[in-house]
Amino acid sequence: MSSWNSGLRPITIAILAMGGEGGGVLADWIVAVGEKAGYYAQNTSVAGVAQRTGATVYYVELYPGGEDHEGDVRREPVLSLFPTPGEVDVVIASELMEAGRAIQRGFSTPDRTTLIASTNRVYSMDEKLALGDGRVDSNTLLEAAHAGAKQFIGADFMQLALDAHSVVSASLFGALAGSAALPFGREHFEDAIRTSGKGVETSLAAFASGYEAAQRPAPQPLPAAAPDGGGPVPVTISRRRPIDPAEEAAAAAERRHEELAVRDPTALVGPRLRPHADLVAGQFPPAARSMLLHGVIRTAVFQGPSYTDRYLDRVAQLAALDTGEDQRLTLEGARHVALWMCYQDTIQVAQQKIRRARIEGIREEAKAAPGQLMNVREYLHPQVEEIADTLPTRLGRWVAGSSWFNAVFGKITRNGLVVNTTGIIGFTLLWVMAMFRPLRPRSFRFGREQAAIDSWLERALAVAPADYDLACEIIETQRVLKGYGETHHHGVQSFTRLMGAADQLVGRPDAAQTLVRLRDAALADEDGAALERELDAPAFTA
Amino acid sequence: MAERSFAHEVQKLRAGEGTTFSGEGILAVTKALLQSGVAYVGGYQGAPISHLMDVLGDAHGILEELGVYFENSASEATAAAMLAASVNYPLRGAITFKSTVGTNVASDALANLASGGVRGGALIIVGEDYGEGSSIMQERSHAFAMKSQMWLLDPRPNIDAIVNAVEAGFELSEASNTPVMLELRLRSCHLYGSFTAKDNVRPPMTVKDAVENPSRQLDRIVLPPATFLHEKEKLEDRWPAAVEYIKHRGLNEVFGGDKADVGIIVQGGVYNTLNRAMELLGCSDAFGNTEVPTYVMNVTYPVVDSEILDFCKGKRAVLLVEEGQPDYIEQNLNAILRRAGSQVALHGKDFLPVGGEYTASAVTQGVHAFLSRYLPGVVDGSPALLLPQTDPRSPFAPRVDASVVRTRPPGLCTGCPERPIFSALKLAEKETGKKHHVSADIGCHLFAINEPFNLGATTMGYGLGSAGAAALNSKDADRRTVAVMGDGGFWHNGLTSGVGNAVFNRNDQLLIVVDNAYSAATGGQDVLSSTADNVLRSTKHPIEKAVRGIGVTWAKTVPDTYKIGELRDVFVKALTTKKPGPKVVVAQSECMLNKERREKPERAKALKDGKRVVKERFGVDADTCTGDHACIRVSGCPSLSIMPNPDPMRTDPVATVLDSCVGCGVCGANAHAASLCPSFYRSDLVYNANWRDKALARLRKAWIGLLSANVERRAARYEIEAV
Repeated sequence: MSSWNSGLRPITIAILAMGGEGGGVLADWIVAVGEKAGYYAQNTSVAGVAQRTGATVYYVELYPGGEDHEGDVRREPVLSLFPTPGEVDVVIASELMEAGRAIQRGFSTPDRTTLIASTNRVYSMDEKLALGDGRVDSNTLLEAAHAGAKQFIGADFMQLALDAHSVVSASLFGALAGSAALPFGREHFEDAIRTSGKGVETSLAAFASGYEAAQRPAPQPLPAAAPDGGGPVPVTISRRRPIDPAEEAAAAAERRHEELAVRDPTALVGPRLRPHADLVAGQFPPAARSMLLHGVIRTAVFQGPSYTDRYLDRVAQLAALDTGEDQRLTLEGARHVALWMCYQDTIQVAQQKIRRARIEGIREEAKAAPGQLMNVREYLHPQVEEIADTLPTRLGRWVAGSSWFNAVFGKITRNGLVVNTTGIIGFTLLWVMAMFRPLRPRSFRFGREQAAIDSWLERALAVAPADYDLACEIIETQRVLKGYGETHHHGVQSFTRLMGAADQLVGRPDAAQTLVRLRDAALADEDGAALERELDAPAFTA
Repeated sequence: MAERSFAHEVQKLRAGEGTTFSGEGILAVTKALLQSGVAYVGGYQGAPISHLMDVLGDAHGILEELGVYFENSASEATAAAMLAASVNYPLRGAITFKSTVGTNVASDALANLASGGVRGGALIIVGEDYGEGSSIMQERSHAFAMKSQMWLLDPRPNIDAIVNAVEAGFELSEASNTPVMLELRLRSCHLYGSFTAKDNVRPPMTVKDAVENPSRQLDRIVLPPATFLHEKEKLEDRWPAAVEYIKHRGLNEVFGGDKADVGIIVQGGVYNTLNRAMELLGCSDAFGNTEVPTYVMNVTYPVVDSEILDFCKGKRAVLLVEEGQPDYIEQNLNAILRRAGSQVALHGKDFLPVGGEYTASAVTQGVHAFLSRYLPGVVDGSPALLLPQTDPRSPFAPRVDASVVRTRPPGLCTGCPERPIFSALKLAEKETGKKHHVSADIGCHLFAINEPFNLGATTMGYGLGSAGAAALNSKDADRRTVAVMGDGGFWHNGLTSGVGNAVFNRNDQLLIVVDNAYSAATGGQDVLSSTADNVLRSTKHPIEKAVRGIGVTWAKTVPDTYKIGELRDVFVKALTTKKPGPKVVVAQSECMLNKERREKPERAKALKDGKRVVKERFGVDADTCTGDHACIRVSGCPSLSIMPNPDPMRTDPVATVLDSCVGCGVCGANAHAASLCPSFYRSDLVYNANWRDKALARLRKAWIGLLSANVERRAARYEIEAV
């Protein structure tokens, strides 16, 4: 007797979703399709708090009906309540990491399973928490999805659902119908949606786009990175997550920018910056030009063309010492010098808030119809020291030191301010703040930042001839300077300690590598404990 | 009103004789109760039987027609005590709760009930919350059945079998004057299937009849000397009567009788998994035609000695498939077989996992090992799951790097009003400069123990958050202990076990009562302090009034938890005040899951009717965000996420607000209270704008256009349109 192996077995379907994504509705639809076609259908899930945003598995079995089972122990098939690893015909995953989970748990296997997965990412909490970039490599997940299924149907079913004003369960149901993994016609699936009677039109629209997407090949992972001695996959930031359409478009735009930066750099800047663009073309290596042109615009908008001169002078010092094949010191210098020079002070934030393009972007995000009224309210919490930073140095010092000003200002802003940027008062307020720009060079913070930038550059320039890699890493350490208020304080502290460590590392063969490790530690937590541990570890002190 | 409405499904409960009834296990159980002529029902919600309570609530019309009394009990103890109505009167009663936690709470009443015995059938439907998806400690309800000598039904996971078990349960209870427990495993409760219905039966005696004809029997009351008589009755009368009924009705089943000289004994609830394992191994089929003799224990307590001995007669070896630990049944069978001098080899936990859920994998591996040893001839299949992980054909062969599959534990929903409570507590700790011991409770608020809040050290049971902090109370300490309790736990027992205890013992703790207007974690059922009008129940009893009523003098209600700054200030006061006794903060805001369910249709209707509607959502300026994610670390909202940095110069992902945002305001409040960053904004999209909106908009457009012209003109000298 071998009825299972000879094919007398149910069709098995596992759905991996997060609570609230409609996995239960999807399972109900599948049951309805099966029952209508005369199948025995069973459907189970685990419920309860697991459904509060957590990962949940729904499981359906369908067994063909129509035969009489008078002589059998059971009149109806005995169906299982658990997906059995290696025996699941269809796995539906609402998101790419859940597809990875289905493979890890043995539900999706290359000998049997049709894996239908939405390729979008819903980041897990620990991916989101990191101070830097904590995202896992989607490419690895995509590779696994191809390797871990007999047939992989992948598309951004979440986006398809959103486009149809529906939920992901509807587009995935369409993909299931489109995959032809079940022996039922499209109209049976659509009937199930109609019978359920809720949001029928939008569900059917999402179903249709899911159905069509299932006919197209799933996205392919990027070719594997060069072998790296079996260590952790190197983080190549620009080429990591190819499947986010927004990111893909941005990458394409950036490639165009890089190409134009070499061919016709003046086309990439406004009329006032053409001389600067010519300078970039004439005096800097091609690899860094695209980044430099970004920096040229940014520094000019931040302060003015003479500030851009200062920017190019600074990067030129690095370029003069750049002996690297890929001009990394110049490229990263172009990036980080600009980012630091355009630090986020009150004037800069006010300017960013009142730009027309910004409001247009928000309208798009809110899906505002043309002409529809929309208000935008900012949640601001200016700190005394931020105000002091913006004022001319002497006044700034006085304000920062004044207990009277601190008390009054603290009282007003303790619970923050809400500013309506789309209103007359709110906009004018922000506009006035942005108009402080010409005074910025005389401000408290400006002097401080320029001195810090110069000392950072001097440090990099000093080590560059002897240890090129360390110089590059010193430049990239600017990355820890982020955030506002306390987060920024913490960043400055980390930066200072890292620069101190860099001084100690000079001359060591592993100096650059060690600095990278220390920088990662600085970005690992908010209280500096990880950095502390690394600095105390024998690997550093030895 | 509960999170899920069964108003539509309950109409199925009217199904009459011979019609096919399709639905979830829970709905089928309700139908079975009505078919059995139940007179009263009670219980306490909790997964996996929450929906049973919700179905009953939504079915109140049908229940009233049949004269069935239904109560949302205050606790499982209340529900169990309710069964007292079946002691003196021939009333069939059923109660339900989550087990083992609910059974723990109920066990005082259950022990008393079981001692005196019952006249009318008493059925305790326990949702066995064990294995994947469980939210509680891993224990078995079996122990309660044994200690109080109540019978335990464990039907096959099949809708028909479950319905039959309900009916048989009442009969067994009446035949043996003993309360009967019906165990439904987690997945069985949510099992979808069908059965052939019977007519509903009006109870032959209703609660009204009993009230109007009071009667008592002194020897049924649990007070010596009757208690000694009860124990004797249990052993000499009730147990044999139960065994007789089980045998007579054939509640346990034997399949494949004499097909081999080895056999398998299985709990009913695990039968489907066993059959699947045998299908995979080629010794059974989808219709249960097994090659290996199988004894299915649909009643797992008491064990019927004679059936075991009959089944084992002439067999060399028997495998017992018993889920969970301790191995009560295996011990029991060993005693039966030893006493009878049987030579059969009994296997169980030596081939199968000692603890944990018996999944298809676990059972297949165990049964394969057993059959390979005793009956290799019947094994005619080699499922891939038996292959070693190193074999590339194994389903567990590593195909995905473990580091890219992160855990995804449950957490607070988008817009949850409990999130700002914990943000505020973190901020209050920052302000006072002191970390506190936090005693947590059961409920959604327990998710605060995880990232990003990391608040909470222990949880001792529902409503015991305050009691769990009782000992950590020192006059000499420089700070006080913090306890958390939900409104569900508060009314369940926390008012007396926690607040009353703290008042009486002059405990100095800060107690935060999370008042979200529902018993939210169990599915949004109403409690005494719920603010909704409920046609069946009395609501709107404020928690602050209750705590003041039992002697708390420092109590504050914060009616809007989203005002993080205000809440933080209240916490700071409560943590620093010199006033003795417990400090109680009632933090109020409606559960967002339920609020959205309520308001979404209302909004849609207003929109359709042309009324002015403002749709709010939050957003993050990618330019202003520096990608430090401090906002995520104080919030953890599912709709506050990250996205690739749109700025080609910067590499770290920036924060972003997903379309699922419900505009609760926590992001903005956190940006304020934690002085985060200026990146957050709220967009208010106006639908069906009125003339004032329009006039104001024209004015604004003119003024803003004027001011921004020079800003844009200046930028245009430097920038170009996107390439």
